[in-house]
Amino acid sequence: MTTTIAPHQRLATDGRSRERNPRSMIFLFALWLSLFIALLTLLTLIVSTFIDGAGRLDSRLFTEFPSSRPEEAGARPAILGSLWVIVTTALLAIPLGIAAAVHLEEFADRHSRFNRFVEVNIQNLAAIPSIIYGMLAVGFLGLMGVANKNIVIGGAVALALLILPVVIISTREALRSVPRDLRQGSLALGATGLQTTWRITLPAAIPGIATGTILSLSRALGEAAPLLLLGALVFVSFDPNGLMSGFTTMPIQIFGWTNNPQAEFRELAAAASLLLVGILLLMNGLAIVIRNRYQRRW
Amino acid sequence: MTTLRTTPAGAATTPPLPGVPTLSGRPRPFETVVRWLLRAAAALSVVITIGIVLSLLGPALAFFREVPVLDFLTGTRWAPQFADASFGVLPLVTATAWTTFIALLVAVPFGLGAAIYLAEYARPRVRGILKPVLELLAGIPTVVFGFFALSFVAPVLLRGLLGVQVGTFSILAAGLVMGFMIIPTVASLSEDAMTAVPQALRQGSAALGANRMQTTLRVVLPAALSGIVAAVVLGISRAIGETMIVAIAAGARPQMVTDPTMEGATMTGFIARMALGDSRIGSLQYNTLFAVGLLLFLLTLVVNMVSIQLVRRFRQEY
Repeated sequence: MTTTIAPHQRLATDGRSRERNPRSMIFLFALWLSLFIALLTLLTLIVSTFIDGAGRLDSRLFTEFPSSRPEEAGARPAILGSLWVIVTTALLAIPLGIAAAVHLEEFADRHSRFNRFVEVNIQNLAAIPSIIYGMLAVGFLGLMGVANKNIVIGGAVALALLILPVVIISTREALRSVPRDLRQGSLALGATGLQTTWRITLPAAIPGIATGTILSLSRALGEAAPLLLLGALVFVSFDPNGLMSGFTTMPIQIFGWTNNPQAEFRELAAAASLLLVGILLLMNGLAIVIRNRYQRRW
Repeated sequence: MTTLRTTPAGAATTPPLPGVPTLSGRPRPFETVVRWLLRAAAALSVVITIGIVLSLLGPALAFFREVPVLDFLTGTRWAPQFADASFGVLPLVTATAWTTFIALLVAVPFGLGAAIYLAEYARPRVRGILKPVLELLAGIPTVVFGFFALSFVAPVLLRGLLGVQVGTFSILAAGLVMGFMIIPTVASLSEDAMTAVPQALRQGSAALGANRMQTTLRVVLPAALSGIVAAVVLGISRAIGETMIVAIAAGARPQMVTDPTMEGATMTGFIARMALGDSRIGSLQYNTLFAVGLLLFLLTLVVNMVSIQLVRRFRQEY
């Protein structure tokens, strides 16, 4: 590029660009610092929990039942309970969420008042505090006439309701990113709307749906507040074995140990936290990998 | 945002062109059934909302038959379990306001700073690494954050390193940790908003001789304002509703909080603690839970509605 600049019109840059004046350097430093502090917190949290709990992160944590004597206590029923609750939550929330998202994104008449109401409503549901969902589950079980609230299906209902809006919203985004040409191609070949959705649109959206679903399940796995209302903070000394079985989960067990003044229980809480954080970071990592590797840009 | 798009199904439901046989006319009972199932799944979200309102409203109304609404909203003493019971909710509200305020004091500047760096300064590869790592912070369960506040932030960071006189439980430690929990929420949404600002605006600004800081502060931030406001409001509603951090680290004594180093019970903290005790279904104590729950629900609903309105007002069309 040739530019003609008269000598007296030369850019006043005294050799340094305006990107590097002191104010913008301070600004950049502040930005860098805020990111650094966020990452430092993550690191500090993991390291300090590790220091507190590493001594107790052994096989007893997996094999033993809770006990009033900390050296014998483990989180076996909590780990199994978390597994039961999360699998049930997934079975309830994922099909429902995907079905709702498919309806709203592929079939619903966007201009109808009812569907607009449904959309605003889902946005609102996503912002309701999680503990409110515990109250809803208590009310639901009361309606069903279940006297004992602390059962796997109750916890799963609470958590499924909690993550349902997230599953719906992320699935809709995944469906939206599938280009319309694919659907039109399918329709042009004579497929019905439903066949197109089932054979073309949904398969193309799977990476996006999987990412959102894994993230929401990892949220449910770490969530304790709604389960507190169901009375899940109990001394469970048996393996949960069904939908109507009493249960506790890992976050609840950690909360219970945190409340205990004895230092050994704090150590147990830290060890269980490490385990939980490890699982959740793996799930989050998996979701990020799926997003980065399999998400196609159309 | 979505209203401008026509659905692919819209093509299927538009009237057929004249002279073209309607091929979709064949009745397909299976498809009809499936479509109704899908519709029912979407309608379920409305049922859930109605369920929430009803399950909160019943016991809450029973509560307000015994305690006047005005006493509840303006009373400054919260002691539902004592013999001389008193149901003034203000102590819970002040504690919630303090934790929310402190959390925002942390989350907004740091979250926004991180977002600006990622959106405007970081090279694509650096951003590809840093953004997922930042999002990991959102994956930490709140119970663990609470434990972190109790075992590290209060004793080591505040009392040890900074010399702040806080007890085992304090509004300050809970609020700070809650702020760090919310950083990824604010950062991620703000970054999306800033990335959506068209490149032409930045180039125009640069062509007028602005440097990157000036472009960011005077062009990109105002253009992304609606998204940033939405991010902050979502942060507020998360801070109001967050339970486990305050239940573990803020304390349980309900008192009018005037100083963040005090301990205090927030609305969610109270619900969590109250749920642990076994109060009889239908008793006044049990109903108290739902009165506070209803207040919490209404508060977050108002915050959310304000957010939707703000976003509409500030939305820029490019």
